[in-house]
Amino acid sequence: MVAIPLATTFLQSQSFLDVLYIVAFALFIQGLRGLSGPTTSVRGNRIAAVGMAIAVIATLLQRNEGNWGLIALGIALGTAVGVPAARQVKMTAMPQMVALFNGVGGGAVFLISWSEFRLTHGYQGTATYIAIFSLFAAIVGSVSFWGSNIAFGKLQEIIPGRPITLGSGQQIVNLVLFILAVAAGVDIAAGDHSQGIFIGMLVCAALLGNAVVLPIGGADMPVVISMLNAFTGLSAAATGIALNNPALIVAGMIVGASGSILTNLMAVAMNRSIPAIIAGGFGGGGAVAGAEGAGEHAGTVRSTSAADAAIQLAYANRVMIVPGYGMAVAQAQHAVRELTKALEARGVEIGYAIHPVAGRMPGHMNVLLAEADVPYDQLEEMDEANQEFGRTDVSLVIGANDVTNPAAKNTPSSPIYGMPILEVNNSHSVIVIKRSMNPGFAGIENELYYEPETSMLFGDAKSAVSEITAALADI
Amino acid sequence: MILASVLTTNLAILVLAGFIGFVVISKVPNTLHTPLMSGTNAIHGIVLLGGLLIVGLSGNGVFNKVILVIAIAFGTINIVGGFLVTDRMLEMFKSRPKPPPAKAGDHKNEKHDGAGAG
Repeated sequence: MVAIPLATTFLQSQSFLDVLYIVAFALFIQGLRGLSGPTTSVRGNRIAAVGMAIAVIATLLQRNEGNWGLIALGIALGTAVGVPAARQVKMTAMPQMVALFNGVGGGAVFLISWSEFRLTHGYQGTATYIAIFSLFAAIVGSVSFWGSNIAFGKLQEIIPGRPITLGSGQQIVNLVLFILAVAAGVDIAAGDHSQGIFIGMLVCAALLGNAVVLPIGGADMPVVISMLNAFTGLSAAATGIALNNPALIVAGMIVGASGSILTNLMAVAMNRSIPAIIAGGFGGGGAVAGAEGAGEHAGTVRSTSAADAAIQLAYANRVMIVPGYGMAVAQAQHAVRELTKALEARGVEIGYAIHPVAGRMPGHMNVLLAEADVPYDQLEEMDEANQEFGRTDVSLVIGANDVTNPAAKNTPSSPIYGMPILEVNNSHSVIVIKRSMNPGFAGIENELYYEPETSMLFGDAKSAVSEITAALADI
Repeated sequence: MILASVLTTNLAILVLAGFIGFVVISKVPNTLHTPLMSGTNAIHGIVLLGGLLIVGLSGNGVFNKVILVIAIAFGTINIVGGFLVTDRMLEMFKSRPKPPPAKAGDHKNEKHDGAGAG
């Protein structure tokens, strides 16, 4: 009779719960370390999941936990939505999925801040710093929620993928919304208890989330998704400080760090600066197209046929596949895998050169190729691939454009000068599969197409690759 | 005094976690960045704890209860969905440690691809 209350007291003591939280975040870190390689990654993900289970159990053990019916309802709803979504989503739809999950995370954060505000009648009786972190979480969470939903809508093609802008006033509108949201937050932190102001702040942040993401085109999505990922993480960390919960602080901050690293990586790979991105500097591509103009090249373009391409590939020792956004859009990855299998059967050595921004989110191309059964060790990151092009007989460029443009290295006046590229032009010959000679996303002529070693195979990525595979069977 | 020390402790945790995050995440290869993002999505589902903590407090009105249930549901979607989908992706990377030289394996893969396309 005495033992049970004692045990309960122990389980509910704050020190014990804090220890559980520490165990939980240690498992998160250990789990993420597993992601450093494909063989340890599955286990890493499961370790992190165990950490999450411990953190949730610790919270449910809190002495003043209650309202079990509501908790059960919320968890049941979340599970009913989350499990089928995760099981059924196609790998091509992964960017939308990540955007949506990111959005609900941000949504949870701002709703929690709002409930805190209401419960304390405007942060009365709480320390100012708690109000500040809670308000920060509300603003950033709301931006992330709405921004992610717009990103989801664009990727899912519910909303047109092309940039939707307010023109030159866009940055001013963004700035005004930002200032209004922050000003409302400062007002509340300074002691205003009006819920109207709080809701106004949430609305400004919501509009800001929309205004930042709507002007962004489909090809720019990798940067946006990473950035929103960082936002949700940082807002979770702020919630952790407001609630004095170490597991939330650590987990949120790690996600914030991860998102920031990826955003930076994507920005570098696309030759853009992060401040320009946050200020709404996307869509500069349109202006560039006019300035650069065509007709600079007097060189000739050599076009080839599927049969000739098949012969070229069949007699190569080493072939490098360079997949890009266009291949992902055409969903040609399975067709490409069939082609490389046929080539491998002929003893051709195959590699895939993956630019960091190939696909619609960081690393998306790798997932698509992994799903199409491409062995992990054939996937080569940019630096690795660039050392290989010199001994590559044929590079097959499928739906990639700007990331192969030698102007990024050779032409200081080019708008993409300095952007890291796949040095496809170093290989002995290049076959480019492309719909037409239209310049790519950035509107810049690709010098690669005029090089003597390059031949163009015009057509849809998927059917062109299938035609090569068919032609290969006849050789 | 006590509040100040709680704040500084938490800020210290925040800063250290940031540095650890940078070190750990920097070691993740480009190839695994999509699973990394969906995995970190699952981890920021930890905001669920915030919803669980506040819903347990007394004094929540009906409106608060509604938004907290939504927040808990959102957090759960993040956690459950995020870990599951990450697991699915990582299994695809793991299951083929070697290039497939065997004919039998090729046949199986072709069948699988056909089903996926259909």
